Amino acid sequence: MKWLAVDTSTLVLGVAILDEGRLLGEVTTHLHKNHSVRLMPTVARLMEDLDLTPQELEAIAVAGGPGSYTGVRIGYTSAKTMAWSLGIPLYSVSSLAVLAMNGFHFPGEIIPLFDARRDRVYTGLYGMDKGGVSLQLPERVINIDYWLEELKGRGPILFLGEDAIRFKERILHVLGDDAHFGLPVENIPRASALGMLAYTRFQEGAAPEPEDGAPNYLQLAEAEAKWLQKQGNGGEENGASTH
Amino acid sequence: MSKTMKSLVLGIETSCDETAAAVVEDGYLLKSNVISSQMEIHRRFGGVVPEVASRRHVERVTSIIEQALDEAKVTKEDLSAVAVTQGPGLVGALLIGVSAAKAFSFATGVPLIGVHHIAGHIYASHLVEPLRFPLVSLVASGGHTELIYMPEHNRFERLGRTRDDAAGEAFDKVARVMDLPYPGGPHIDQLAKEGSPHLNLPRSWLEPNSLDFSFSGLKSAVINLLHNSEQRGVKIEKADLAASFQASVVEVLVEKAVRATRMKGVSELVLAGGVSANSALREALAARCQEEGITLRVPPLNLCTDNAAMIAAAGSYRFRDGQFAGLDMNAIANLPLA
Repeated sequence: MKWLAVDTSTLVLGVAILDEGRLLGEVTTHLHKNHSVRLMPTVARLMEDLDLTPQELEAIAVAGGPGSYTGVRIGYTSAKTMAWSLGIPLYSVSSLAVLAMNGFHFPGEIIPLFDARRDRVYTGLYGMDKGGVSLQLPERVINIDYWLEELKGRGPILFLGEDAIRFKERILHVLGDDAHFGLPVENIPRASALGMLAYTRFQEGAAPEPEDGAPNYLQLAEAEAKWLQKQGNGGEENGASTH
Repeated sequence: MSKTMKSLVLGIETSCDETAAAVVEDGYLLKSNVISSQMEIHRRFGGVVPEVASRRHVERVTSIIEQALDEAKVTKEDLSAVAVTQGPGLVGALLIGVSAAKAFSFATGVPLIGVHHIAGHIYASHLVEPLRFPLVSLVASGGHTELIYMPEHNRFERLGRTRDDAAGEAFDKVARVMDLPYPGGPHIDQLAKEGSPHLNLPRSWLEPNSLDFSFSGLKSAVINLLHNSEQRGVKIEKADLAASFQASVVEVLVEKAVRATRMKGVSELVLAGGVSANSALREALAARCQEEGITLRVPPLNLCTDNAAMIAAAGSYRFRDGQFAGLDMNAIANLPLA
């Protein structure tokens, strides 16, 4: 049961090959470099190192968002097309859940967090579960201050992600001693964790992605949100531009 | 084309708002041509929204490829190559096709080829009858307005390009200020038939002998004309405005295309791109080419707009010439044609 796991939803490029949840090989880079250029060569090189051919793969796992729209799509499209080409299933796992796995041994709750710009974050509240993490409060895009208010009084919380460090002062200001932060390496999502999570879900009988499946961006495209808002207000103008 | 070429190429195109896949045999024989248009999705925005287009491409891309292979009755193993639009276009949209083509190539072992979108447009004509060289092509669409010289298959030299708006873009923008529905090109074409082109609008010729284009000044002139007449309380007939605007665009396109054939001493002119659908352009170009002794080739409408068959056809000649791409190929928004 060889599984390929790919994650390009943030700056981190992650590729891993697992055999029934056991890690065979993994590549993680944390660079300002183009995922489109590097993803497939990285997959090809890792598989070559492991003496594997694409035909030996039995499933593919992808970090299906949220994250950088373009990054999420590069990973999802590549994984989806490989899976379809090989006639094997594709499993999509939340990119936040993958990051939350880095706090597996923390005795409390976990907040994975990616910057969503303009003081907003992609986030959710996770707890520990057998073999993985489980969602306690739904994933969302939310203003960081509102999110911190909501988290008051829940006890110890581990904040994970490079972007969590950016909000460190504000987090400490609201949550004080309840706020904990990951080690630098724990702030980097790992494709091996993605592979494990996907494999566990597969064992639990989760359905693979449908043919017209797509990433979970957690929010509408800006033009679409504005259009819907205008509809609600009975307006007619919109912010679209011709290309 | 080379009589000995044997190839079966899968084409993939996602440079703007069509998700398309097609299979072409030996560079000209159309086996399938599947297009999933997003026009209905973008209509409410009055134009293509890149983020919305990219999201839709991800959903559709593998289904469309599957349908193209099924309709062509070929399997992945039969293919000689997978050719994909590498650019130019909306980078986020291009990335979906490029990511899919690379993943397909890796999974199946089918060689990968990157194709220039404009080269594809020219090859649309080759799916109907063989291109004859040397030729000049006028490629006019919502994203491009270029004059290309081809001495032979798979060789391209750019003679001119738009310096601002593409011709189709000018049509869409003017249609919008005239409150016509999206996409505006066909509506202006239709409306112009009922009007007279008597309104005084500029022709942008640029420097003497330049084969470049510029349409943003014309667009501004239309807006000013509307604005001024409104202030003076004079009503302008929309049909006359459509006819006058269209006449200006068509006159410049026709004149520069003919000028390009003269400069290169060629007698083959290939019209390509979505603006080829414009009836006034077709008529004016046909009449002028007849006067000049130039053979004009115009592809059928379904091959004028973005499709993957043209990408597969152009890709077949890159296959013939051994021009393959690696898995590190990237989508390039302003890819040069070389």
